[in-house]
Amino acid sequence: MTPVAITIAAAVASIGLMAVVLELIRSRRLRERYALLWLLAGVVLLVFSSWRDGVNTIASWVGIRTYPPAVLFAIAALFFFAVLLHYATVISRLSDENITLAQKLALLESRVSEVEDDAGRSAARPAGDGDFAA
Amino acid sequence: MAEPTALAPLAPLASLRRLAIVPAFNEERSVGDVIAEIHAFDPGFDVVVIDDGSRDRTSAAARAKGAHVLTLPFNLGIGGAVQTGFLFAWEQGYELVVRCDGDGQHDPAQLPLVLAPVLAGEVDVCVGSRFVGEGGYRSSRARRVGIRVLAWSVSRIVGQRVTDTTSGFQALNRSAICLFAADYPHDYPEVEATVMLHKHGLRSCEVHVTMRERQAGVSSITTLRSIYYMVKVLLSIGIAIFRRNAVPLP
Repeated sequence: MTPVAITIAAAVASIGLMAVVLELIRSRRLRERYALLWLLAGVVLLVFSSWRDGVNTIASWVGIRTYPPAVLFAIAALFFFAVLLHYATVISRLSDENITLAQKLALLESRVSEVEDDAGRSAARPAGDGDFAA
Repeated sequence: MAEPTALAPLAPLASLRRLAIVPAFNEERSVGDVIAEIHAFDPGFDVVVIDDGSRDRTSAAARAKGAHVLTLPFNLGIGGAVQTGFLFAWEQGYELVVRCDGDGQHDPAQLPLVLAPVLAGEVDVCVGSRFVGEGGYRSSRARRVGIRVLAWSVSRIVGQRVTDTTSGFQALNRSAICLFAADYPHDYPEVEATVMLHKHGLRSCEVHVTMRERQAGVSSITTLRSIYYMVKVLLSIGIAIFRRNAVPLP
C-alpha cells in the first residue's frame, strides 16, 4: 500500500491540476472543448491517489507482478497519446481553415479593388485621364 | 402585419429597426420558406441569413428571397453563426432582433408570442419554449433527459423557472444584442446565454410556442453527442457564474 504522505501529496497535486484547468477556462485562455481531457486526467489521478491500493489491484488484474507502478506509466502514456492525437487533429483543422480564410481574403481583396477601380474611373473621368500618365 | 387580432401589443414594432437572424446550415430547401413567412408576418423585418459553411445552395436560396446573406467560409457551429448575426445587428443599429432557425422548426407566425414581452418592456429577451404549459413535442429519450438536466441546473442558477434551455426561437432588445455581439457561447449556446443574461442583470422570460418538425435537413445531435454536450455545457454554465462580465463593443 502507498504511504500516507505520498497519498496526500498526490491528491493535492491532482486537485491543483484541476484547479489550474478550471481557472484557465474561467479566464478564457482554455476552451471547454479542450479542457475536458485534462479534467478527466485530474479525476483519474485523484482516484488513484486516494484509492490507496488501486495501482496494485489493477496491476494484479492485468497480470503485472514485478513492478505495479508500471500500470500508472501505461495509463499516462495512453493519455498523452490521446491528447497529442487530439491536438494533431485540431491543428490540421485550424490550418485548413487558415488556408480557406487566406483564399477568401485574396478573392475579396481583388473584388474590392475591382469595385474601387470602377468607382474611381467613373468619378475621375471628368478631371482628365490618368493622374500620373500624362 | 398579417394578424390584425394581435395588433395591440405589437404596436411599438412599427417604430423599431428590426432584424430577423436566421442561422442556416445546408437548408436550401427550407430557408426560403422561413424568409417568406417572416415577411408574411411583418414585411418591415430585415432578414439576415447566416450561411454557416453550407455545401448546398443555402446562400443563393436566401438571396433569392431578398435576405441579406452572410456566408461563413467554413462551419463555425451554431454559436459562432448566431453571434455573426448579433454583430451585424449591433453594427447596423438594429433595435430589435428575433431569431428563427433556417430549418423551419420555428414558425414565424408565432413571433407575436415571443415579441410581446420584449415590446412591453418587461424583459430584454423572450424565449419560445416547447415545454411551458401543454403542447406536443417529441424527441429522442437521451435528448429529453439532457434537456431536463440542463433546465433544472439553469433554473437553479438564475433563480427562475426555465423549461427549454436549447430553444433558439427568441426575441431580443438592444441591450441583449449588445451583450451577445460582444460575447456568445459556442455549442448549445442558448443554455450558457441564459446564465450570461442573468449574470449581466438582463431580464428574460419564456412563453409557450409550438414548434414544427424540421422541414428539411438532419438534426446535428446524436445520442452520444448529446451526452458529451451535456457534460461540456454543465461545465460551461458552472464556470460562467464566476466569469468577469463581458466588455461591450464600441
